[in-house]
Amino acid sequence: MNYPLETAALVIGTFLALLGAAYAHDSLFAAHMWVLFLTLGISSIVMLRRVSFAPAGAPRAVPAKSEYFDEVIKYGTIATVFWGVVGFLVGVVVALQLAFPDLNIEPWLNFGRTRPLHTSAVIFAFGGNALIATSFYVVQRTCRARLFGGNLGWFVFWGYQLFIVMAATGYLLGITQGKEYAEPEWYVDIWLTIVWVAYLVVFLGTIFMRKEPHIYVANWFYLAFIVTIAMLHIVNNLAMPISFLGIKSYSAFSGVQDALTQWWYGHNAVGFFLTAGFLGMMYYFIPKQVNRPVYSYRLSIIHFWALIFMYIWAGPHHLHYTALPDWAQTLGMVFSIMLWMPSWGGMINGLMTLSGAWDRIRTDPIVRMMVMAVAFYGMATFEGPMMSVKAVNSLSHYTDWTIGHVHSGALGWNGMITFGAVYFLVPKLWNRKRLYSLQLVNWHFWLATLGIVLYAAVMWVAGIQQGLMWREYDDQGFLVYSFAETVAAMFPYYLLRALGGLMFLAGALLMAFNVTMTILGHERQERTPGVAPAGLQPAE
Amino acid sequence: MADKHIDEISGVETTGHEWDGIRELNNPMPRWWVWTFYATIVWALGYTVLYPAWPLVNDATSGVLGYSSRGVLLDEMATAKAAQGAILERIAAATPEEIIANPELNQFAMAGGAAAFRVNCTPCHGTGAAGGEGYPNLNDDDWLWGGSVDAIYQTVAHGIRDAVDPDTRIGEMTAFADVLQPDEIRQAAAYVVSLTGKPRDPSMVEPGKQIFMDNCASCHGENAEGNRDLGAPNLADAIWLKVHGEDQIAGQIRAPKHGVMPAWTTRLGDVTVKQLAVYVHSLGGGE
Repeated sequence: MNYPLETAALVIGTFLALLGAAYAHDSLFAAHMWVLFLTLGISSIVMLRRVSFAPAGAPRAVPAKSEYFDEVIKYGTIATVFWGVVGFLVGVVVALQLAFPDLNIEPWLNFGRTRPLHTSAVIFAFGGNALIATSFYVVQRTCRARLFGGNLGWFVFWGYQLFIVMAATGYLLGITQGKEYAEPEWYVDIWLTIVWVAYLVVFLGTIFMRKEPHIYVANWFYLAFIVTIAMLHIVNNLAMPISFLGIKSYSAFSGVQDALTQWWYGHNAVGFFLTAGFLGMMYYFIPKQVNRPVYSYRLSIIHFWALIFMYIWAGPHHLHYTALPDWAQTLGMVFSIMLWMPSWGGMINGLMTLSGAWDRIRTDPIVRMMVMAVAFYGMATFEGPMMSVKAVNSLSHYTDWTIGHVHSGALGWNGMITFGAVYFLVPKLWNRKRLYSLQLVNWHFWLATLGIVLYAAVMWVAGIQQGLMWREYDDQGFLVYSFAETVAAMFPYYLLRALGGLMFLAGALLMAFNVTMTILGHERQERTPGVAPAGLQPAE
Repeated sequence: MADKHIDEISGVETTGHEWDGIRELNNPMPRWWVWTFYATIVWALGYTVLYPAWPLVNDATSGVLGYSSRGVLLDEMATAKAAQGAILERIAAATPEEIIANPELNQFAMAGGAAAFRVNCTPCHGTGAAGGEGYPNLNDDDWLWGGSVDAIYQTVAHGIRDAVDPDTRIGEMTAFADVLQPDEIRQAAAYVVSLTGKPRDPSMVEPGKQIFMDNCASCHGENAEGNRDLGAPNLADAIWLKVHGEDQIAGQIRAPKHGVMPAWTTRLGDVTVKQLAVYVHSLGGGE
């Protein structure tokens, strides 16, 4: 197939990147433009080599318009697995850097640069690709319509990968605007905005073209995620660059307003990226995998609206006991408490969908994975409101407890539901009868689960110990520990945490192998897990 | 579309919609869920009445409890100050020696000095005050500027070679690269090593001693035991702050390096500095 416009755009983009490198205002911008030049240049060459020189008018294979647009979802699934392994690997590295500071290799692999590399790789690269791929899959099936916009789906996918590459290389070069989870500088932000608007057009267009009378609940959640992330991303990144050929920009906000905007963004990145988007995933893949109806339509509609209304106000709980006015802290806290039940509505609907099919947990490791995901979702969404209570927060804030909380959500909920979705999707997308090996899925399940439990438990102990050491006074009113002593006390926990992360990474590597073998069309001869071999059946 | 379908397993009616094979049961919301949700809302409303919460045009409601986080902090700080106030006043009025002589003041100063030491001094002198490369060990008897509590107090208060404090201790060794010949410097280094160990070439010790007497003894003393008034280190003990071995000693003679310690009175206040002096004096080398 020829893509004349797309190829021309790539070549022009390559040339502009070269100009950017030549006329750069600072050396970092030049370096980043060289990265862009190489990336776009290689893409241009790949595109040019694919040009077909068939004589004009010759019949071309045109895919039937009625088919679902699944090619981009295949790419998205592979990207999800790839970025997942990368993100978890960097996670193990940063965990070890905390335990062994000598592993901070100046300047590119300092913790200050590898940490955003890790968070962005898992949230935006792994999670983002999972959301884009599954939303494209789900919206087509539940609307009975082909993805809207034709090749726009490809633009969303490849444009998003370009964003990931630019963000990741920027971090390692030391390009950051210093906002947590929003580190990329202004030019990368603008690119993401363009990609995201295209994503919204594709998704909304498909919903408009639907052949079903009603919009399925998964699509409400996906749409809430896409729309809200667009709003959060644009507002939090409002900034004025000092030069259009330089990396540095100044935020439109300053002081406590900047902090509040940042945490309005940061908390709702959790709320809409990692919660709403992944609930969309849950609402499709759990009913499909267990083949049962969703438990309660009424619950889904009430908890959806309650969730998206409550979440947006909860950000100030990240700024307890700071310069933020007391009234804003109070509102952030009470909205977080009220958010507890709306969050749990998703857990109830996910778990109760299994009613009538509970035995599937025993026989199907993919269902087990999804159930564990929902269980961790429930735990993390209870822990979150609890930690937003000011009295609890005064102990937990700034400690590793927060890190543990985030990871029980990210590894347990986002990771596990994504793994389940990947295992569901791969055989379907590549037309395979089944996965290469269900026993490997079982191994993945246990490695991941034990890894998360170890990680979260260790971080609870570490965080609470840290918080207690920071606030311990002797009877004459003097602090008992210096900060350096509290850091030194964390060493064994940091080591165990790295071990938990390593187990999670090992599980993901098994998944990568399993997925690869499935795509290649292999099937491992094995006994189905959970099913006793014939002859050992219990008497009826 | 509107055909009401009954799910066989649960016997519950569905909403009649179907997407890609997925149906939805028409179950009611769990009661406990609804009531817990209501309870959190009621609690939240109650909390916003008690605490500062609702933004107004220029201000916000202050809550019937009159809570403010700054107010709580000020109260706690005032309580802590009051608890220590009387004894801090007595420490302010006493000299370091008087503090040591008074068991009650001494006990308090030891605790306060240890706390201040952990936060401010450990980065250079180490958690056990054993020092490190270029940072003196505070547990031994070897003092550059004196080990009496008054001398330690003076050092902590005004620092060493800290340009911002006019009363800081200043001692500067000449860079002998411009004064002596290279072989003379090596001979002097051999002599210094011979005081506590074995030099590489014993024949250099005798001429080195002469060079030492002519150039170094004025500060380090004829016996090379140092001079605390000038901060000149004792070279006749085996304790070395920065340099180890003959080559490094020669390097130090050629182009000496000098450490800097900040003056702490301006940062911590005199009362804390006194407690630090008492604490450091107690570590083992106090005179």
